[in-house]
Amino acid sequence: MTAGTGRRASPARVLLAKPGLDGHDRGVHVVARALRDAGFEVIYTGLRSTPEQIVRGAVDEDVDVIGLSILSGVHLPVTAEVLEALRREEVSIPVVVGGTIGPRDARALREMGVADVFPTGSPRRELVDRLRRLVDEWPAPSAAGGAGAGMA
Amino acid sequence: MSEGRDPLHDVPRLQARAAQWRDRYEREAPPGASTDSGIELDPLYLPQDGDDERYTDRLGFPGEWPFVRGAYTSMYRGRLWTIRQYAGVGTAEETNARFQYLLERGQTGLSVALDLPTQMGFDSHDALARTEVGRVGVAIDTVEDMAEVFRGIPLGDISVHFTVNATAPMILAMFLVAAEEQGVGRSQVRGTVQNDIIKEFIARKAYIFPPRGSLRLTGDIIAFCYRHVPKFNPISVTGYHAREAGCNAIQEIAFTLLAAVEYVEHMLGRGIKVDDFAPQLSFHFSSQRDLFEEVCKIRAARRLWATIMRDDFGAEDPASTRMRFFCGGSGATLSHAEPLNNVIRGTIQCLAGILAGAQACHVPSYDEAYAIPSEEAALLSVRTQQIIAHESGVARVADPLGGSYYVEWLTDQIETQVSALIEDVRASGGLLAALERGGPQQMIRQAAYELQAAEEDGSRLVVGQNHLVGPGSSAPEFEGLGNVEGVSRDEADRQTGRLRAVLAAREAVRVEQALAQLRTAAGAGDNVMPAMIEAARARATIGEMTEVLAGVFGRHQGGDTA
Repeated sequence: MTAGTGRRASPARVLLAKPGLDGHDRGVHVVARALRDAGFEVIYTGLRSTPEQIVRGAVDEDVDVIGLSILSGVHLPVTAEVLEALRREEVSIPVVVGGTIGPRDARALREMGVADVFPTGSPRRELVDRLRRLVDEWPAPSAAGGAGAGMA
Repeated sequence: MSEGRDPLHDVPRLQARAAQWRDRYEREAPPGASTDSGIELDPLYLPQDGDDERYTDRLGFPGEWPFVRGAYTSMYRGRLWTIRQYAGVGTAEETNARFQYLLERGQTGLSVALDLPTQMGFDSHDALARTEVGRVGVAIDTVEDMAEVFRGIPLGDISVHFTVNATAPMILAMFLVAAEEQGVGRSQVRGTVQNDIIKEFIARKAYIFPPRGSLRLTGDIIAFCYRHVPKFNPISVTGYHAREAGCNAIQEIAFTLLAAVEYVEHMLGRGIKVDDFAPQLSFHFSSQRDLFEEVCKIRAARRLWATIMRDDFGAEDPASTRMRFFCGGSGATLSHAEPLNNVIRGTIQCLAGILAGAQACHVPSYDEAYAIPSEEAALLSVRTQQIIAHESGVARVADPLGGSYYVEWLTDQIETQVSALIEDVRASGGLLAALERGGPQQMIRQAAYELQAAEEDGSRLVVGQNHLVGPGSSAPEFEGLGNVEGVSRDEADRQTGRLRAVLAAREAVRVEQALAQLRTAAGAGDNVMPAMIEAARARATIGEMTEVLAGVFGRHQGGDTA
């Protein structure tokens, strides 16, 4: 079984990372397993990854999407750092964020350029479906610019 | 029925034992109690017909072997549990204000929440700390911050808990110096450093140094405290985080007792006698949804600990076999949806802790699922504890559920299952070896995954969230933990400003000498605490102290895979 819905031949690849100092990794492990069970290839960079490590890992592993898990409430500044590092390296890979995130911050993250947001407690099914769509449709029609790594 | 199993056979023995216990109880002279209808209450209820000849061996009396019925003779009539809410945010001044607010409203102990840079050994001006200064707790860079946290709070009169592990030696040193500068000596301060590094590797993940070096630092604190800080708990062996990370009550108790066994073996390996340090060991458990299971797991844990300490380690002092514990209500069981429902959840969890005989308790705030607790929510948690303490009547009788057919059966069941898990892990080399292989971490992940599945498929009901959801049941438009970016920058700026002022005022030569002594002590295998305290006095920063220890022990490189 592959993760995509038809436009791709190989399984979609996801890089999961925990940036910042937070060690709460219950969520990221649930997400990793749910994605693997759904046919994604998951690379987890572990705790306290720096933005540079995340970008390098995403490029080296040629992933289709980057998932950040941040439970200590610093999702806005930390995500901004990761997006900035991606821009600096001219890497176009969609970023999604999970964590203790309220509706207001979810909007702020999207305005910042985050492709999707998953607050704690998001059902696995929804996560899997939305990531599949994201990978298949990236870059979104509105997102002008270079080809995404997710294009088959 | 044989004569030895005659249900009435042991009545005289039980009565004689009860009379002895009663003498000890009377010597403590606690107040009497009666029900709200005026029925006078005994301090303890026993089998009325002597039908359990094993009573004294299996249950005993409060404050006596095997401590199933409580850690202390007169339990809450003698001394109420400590109402100790975990709190701390921003700078030392802001945290001091929150502490004063809670103390003025009858909180009886303090529990300091430290920010992640402080827990991970980074100064507030460190590039790796910048976004996290003051976010999930207070920033402590030097002893000046510690002193400010407790300004106007007499440290000889109130006990203080620090949820700190990897940087426990630094925080304890700063605390002792802050007390000393208040005029309160080491022999007077009361409180706890969590200092349970094993569970950091298993569940909480705020480690810095590799496991073996970390264990030595944990041991340094235990060794230092039993000699010099006699009223302080140098460790709180903690099952709370493994439980919050997803494991069940049986695994929680087993992992905690297994960690405690590692610490006892480590201390014995240093040549310290068990009865010298064991009375100061303390514990911390979670209180989750299933009230009876939460009560019974604690009763079982007390019996198991007493047995391990006596039979495996030869403890002779009863205080070495007595388990004292802090009960933390469970943030992981709270819901975003209809957050006021969390008040009820916190109340039931606190009640379970008290029915189990907790020595101190924290009730999660109803907004904890999505925010740092507001002042209003934090006060409600204090009030929850006070209402249980002063209105519900549950504190009047020790172990009030003891003797219930269900409770004694469930206590025995849990004990049996915990024992089996403990034996498995000990037979294959103990918990430290197991965590290096990743076994406990894998068990926790598996359990967490099953919980997530159960909440999604509705086999685990969360009222208002996945069950009986009404038209208005959605989550409120809450602000979230992270909305205050501007405020965060202000806090970080203020904190780095404080730090700059301390650095400018301190004597550089004295700091260098103190850090050099710390390096020597750590490298030579001496107890680091005396040098750590001198470094704290000299206004060395937590980052500087951490760097010295990392130079000796190295830094643990995750190895944490999905």
